[in-house]
Amino acid sequence: MSALLPSRRELDFQLFEVLDAGALAGAPRFADHDRATFDGVLDGAWRLAVERFAPHAALADVEEPQLRGHEVWLPAPTRDALRAAADAGYFAAPFDASLGGLQLPWSVAQAANAVFAAANVGFYGYALLTVGAANLLAAHGSPAQVERYVRPMVAGRWFGTMCLSEPQAGSSLADVRTAAVRAPDGTWRVTGSKMWISGGEHELADNIVHLVLARVSGGPPGVKGLSLFVVPKFRLRDDGTPDPQARNGVRCIGLNHKMGWRGTVNTVLAFGDQGDCVGELVGEEHAGLRIMFHMMNEARIGVGLCATALGCAGYVAALDYARHRPQGRPLGERDPASAPVPILRHADVRRMLLAQKAWVEGALSLVLYCARLVDERRIALDAGDAAAAREHEGLLELLTPVAKSWPSEYCLEANKLAIQVHGGYGYTRDYPVERLYRDNRLNAIHEGTLGIHGLDVLGRKVRQDGGAAFAALGRRIASTVQAAAAEPELAPLARQLGGTFDRLAATTRRLVAAVRDVGPERALANATPYLDALGQVVVAWRWLEQARVALAARPATPGEAAFHAGKRAAARYFFRYELPRVGPTLELLDSLDDTALAMPDDGW
Amino acid sequence: MRRIMVCVKRVVDYNVRIRVKPDGTGVVLDGVKMSVNPFDEIALEEALRIKERGEADEVVAVSIGPDDAQQQLRTALAMGADRAILVKTTDVVEPLAAAQVFLTLVQKEQPQLVILGKQAIDDDAAQTGQMLAALWDRPQATFASKVELAGAAALVTREVDAGLETIEVDLPAVVTTDLRLNEPRYVKLPDIMKAKKKPLDVVELASTGVSAGETLKSVLVEPPKPRSKGVMVKDVAGLVDALKKKGLL
Ligand SMILES: Cc1cc2nc3c(=O)[nH]c(=O)nc-3n(C[C@H](O)[C@H](O)[C@H](O)COP(=O)(O)OP(=O)(O)OC[C@H]3O[C@@H](n4cnc5c(N)ncnc54)[C@H](O)[C@@H]3O)c2cc1C
Repeated sequence: MSALLPSRRELDFQLFEVLDAGALAGAPRFADHDRATFDGVLDGAWRLAVERFAPHAALADVEEPQLRGHEVWLPAPTRDALRAAADAGYFAAPFDASLGGLQLPWSVAQAANAVFAAANVGFYGYALLTVGAANLLAAHGSPAQVERYVRPMVAGRWFGTMCLSEPQAGSSLADVRTAAVRAPDGTWRVTGSKMWISGGEHELADNIVHLVLARVSGGPPGVKGLSLFVVPKFRLRDDGTPDPQARNGVRCIGLNHKMGWRGTVNTVLAFGDQGDCVGELVGEEHAGLRIMFHMMNEARIGVGLCATALGCAGYVAALDYARHRPQGRPLGERDPASAPVPILRHADVRRMLLAQKAWVEGALSLVLYCARLVDERRIALDAGDAAAAREHEGLLELLTPVAKSWPSEYCLEANKLAIQVHGGYGYTRDYPVERLYRDNRLNAIHEGTLGIHGLDVLGRKVRQDGGAAFAALGRRIASTVQAAAAEPELAPLARQLGGTFDRLAATTRRLVAAVRDVGPERALANATPYLDALGQVVVAWRWLEQARVALAARPATPGEAAFHAGKRAAARYFFRYELPRVGPTLELLDSLDDTALAMPDDGW
Repeated sequence: MRRIMVCVKRVVDYNVRIRVKPDGTGVVLDGVKMSVNPFDEIALEEALRIKERGEADEVVAVSIGPDDAQQQLRTALAMGADRAILVKTTDVVEPLAAAQVFLTLVQKEQPQLVILGKQAIDDDAAQTGQMLAALWDRPQATFASKVELAGAAALVTREVDAGLETIEVDLPAVVTTDLRLNEPRYVKLPDIMKAKKKPLDVVELASTGVSAGETLKSVLVEPPKPRSKGVMVKDVAGLVDALKKKGLL
């Protein structure tokens, strides 16, 4: 079985044709790079993914992590793969050169990450967490913390975690109980327990750096009273190296046995129940959640990226299967002695494959666009252009719940169809598609459930800064619409998108006003369908952009022409089958429907 | 200067599921991921290890192919080659023409050792190394699974049908690599950036005086027949029976 990776042609298209990543090298921050470096980064990721990640994806699913005492056993290839990726510099890729990083664009690093995640999302999970934790500390840690913790994480020698959730506090972090008390030496003693902590215990790295949300006494209740602490698994010696004899008071007291994504161990951690758990405060007291959002926002787009990568893997598997599975004859062929055709010939199978293509490549376009916004924001900051930086940041904040949730929903749906294309075989463990589906099912749950992101986007993001980000999104969509309208082939799609966006904007205004007029409970009752509609519009925009680029391309070979024709067909699919579904949703939203809210409590 | 020349071919990545063009004229190459031929990666790794042991001073990676083959040479430079040469052509280059081109490079570069993959995974010809040795009139050690340099000679362990054999060849010589010779290193991202400063010369095929092009006519390219379904046999006797029925015993 060959590795199920998104096609290289697809990544090149998204990165270099749609996003023109080559042009990033013109910015001072990325001046050391060029297209050839970016190609090299992807080539290297490819080889590692094919040789070290993909071959063990099925193994990591079957050989679940085991708790032995308080230590976690993992299959040996986990360590080898992550070691190889770290040694090659893939953890360090996006970090500043001053931190030992390679200062590569985030968009290029994310394209490489999509390859790792498609190959083996369980292994990749550790890298995702570590890079996120290191990024948080690089931005908010003291210079000493940066020196001590960030460098070894950038080098991939220490791994990171994010410890937010507790058994009673998942969606509602206001109910976090873990506590921290200041010790005379200025460090803190952390006590409490955390639930669901990915990568919470293992021997894959020389140390584990836990970022822990906890309450300091005297703080305000709710999320405003949370502070952030860095808690290493092994305490550090004066020279900064971890002391394997000096275990900090954090223990793994249980594992969660998951439906999928089993390669990443998921732990229950106890802090300070046996022996002191020493932590250091990160940033100011009571500013913990705000700081944690630095990592959460990044991790949320990372979750969208993983969902996308899993969707891509399923699509690749389904397409290959459909090309090779002979079954049935074309409608109208009456001769039972005629040879059966590959199922790719059947209209319904083509529909299922086109749906997958439209979803997974739309999702890829969305998550890489978000990564590009991270790059643009950095470039604007370097250039001292605060207004541009603010616009990019606002857009990123608005699009984060979309980039997290839309791929989690639709790429899971893509995995469902990948199973369907395989028929009965898809339902067995002899084929990888059922595993991809199970792996992907997590993405709508962790890093904030779908419902929570609906509330975030409608209750907060669209209104933020007087709706500035939503307006900026509207301007960007309008500019694509305008450019596409000049092409006869795309003009109808452009009109359709322009019209749908206007309706979405009107609904948004109505719902924002309704929060004031009828109260948040009623106004936000259908926040999840709202998030869905927003996602459909945003992805339709990314498809129109792809179609525009594909139409403008001057292919040199028939294969290139076919690739671009495929893009235009998938765009058409999205506008025929997907975007029209937004209309009824907006109608429902406009009516402030309260069917669910009003369901009588004893009517179930 | 003790120099090693390594030949690097751009081929379809081994992880790509090859598809035959519907008209049977070849395989689909458009938009397909291309990589360094895996056996050539092993060749380069061996050259780098020899250099790292202090038994060579310079490793030169050479390729024949389209402009895009620079990407594979960049990979070779990032792995550790000191410089690279691309002989540029979009023509089909059959093994003999490749060997002739490499000979011109050998005459210019005067390597002590030329290492090539035993074959390229696109056409699986397994001829270029041998032809180069013959044209150059130097010893060859093919299918190497171990290479040791000893003064003016090399001790090469070869994978042969009967097992392993070790031969001694005088240098300069041609070595072709087998799969078990070594495990090639991964490219490190910082080295990709450093590689940009290393020289990569591009010369036109015409300047070598060799003319390429197809001398073999390919009649039809077909995908292999799909594997027929396996059967489970109950015991050894059943297995023997089944093999007999197939005329294999
Ligand atoms: C495999 C896995 C890995 C994880 N990794 C980590 C990790 O590394 N670190 C970490 O800190 N956490 C992690 N989590 C925890 C994850 O973020 C939580 O599971 C998630 O936030 C939901 O919390 P909960 O499970 O307590 O569900 P609940 O909060 O109880 O939610 C249950 C349901 O109620 C809905 N709901 C809850 N509140 C509201 C509301 N106010 N309005 C509308 N609907 C609501 C939710 O949408 C959901 O459908 C992980 C979880 C899993 C399953």
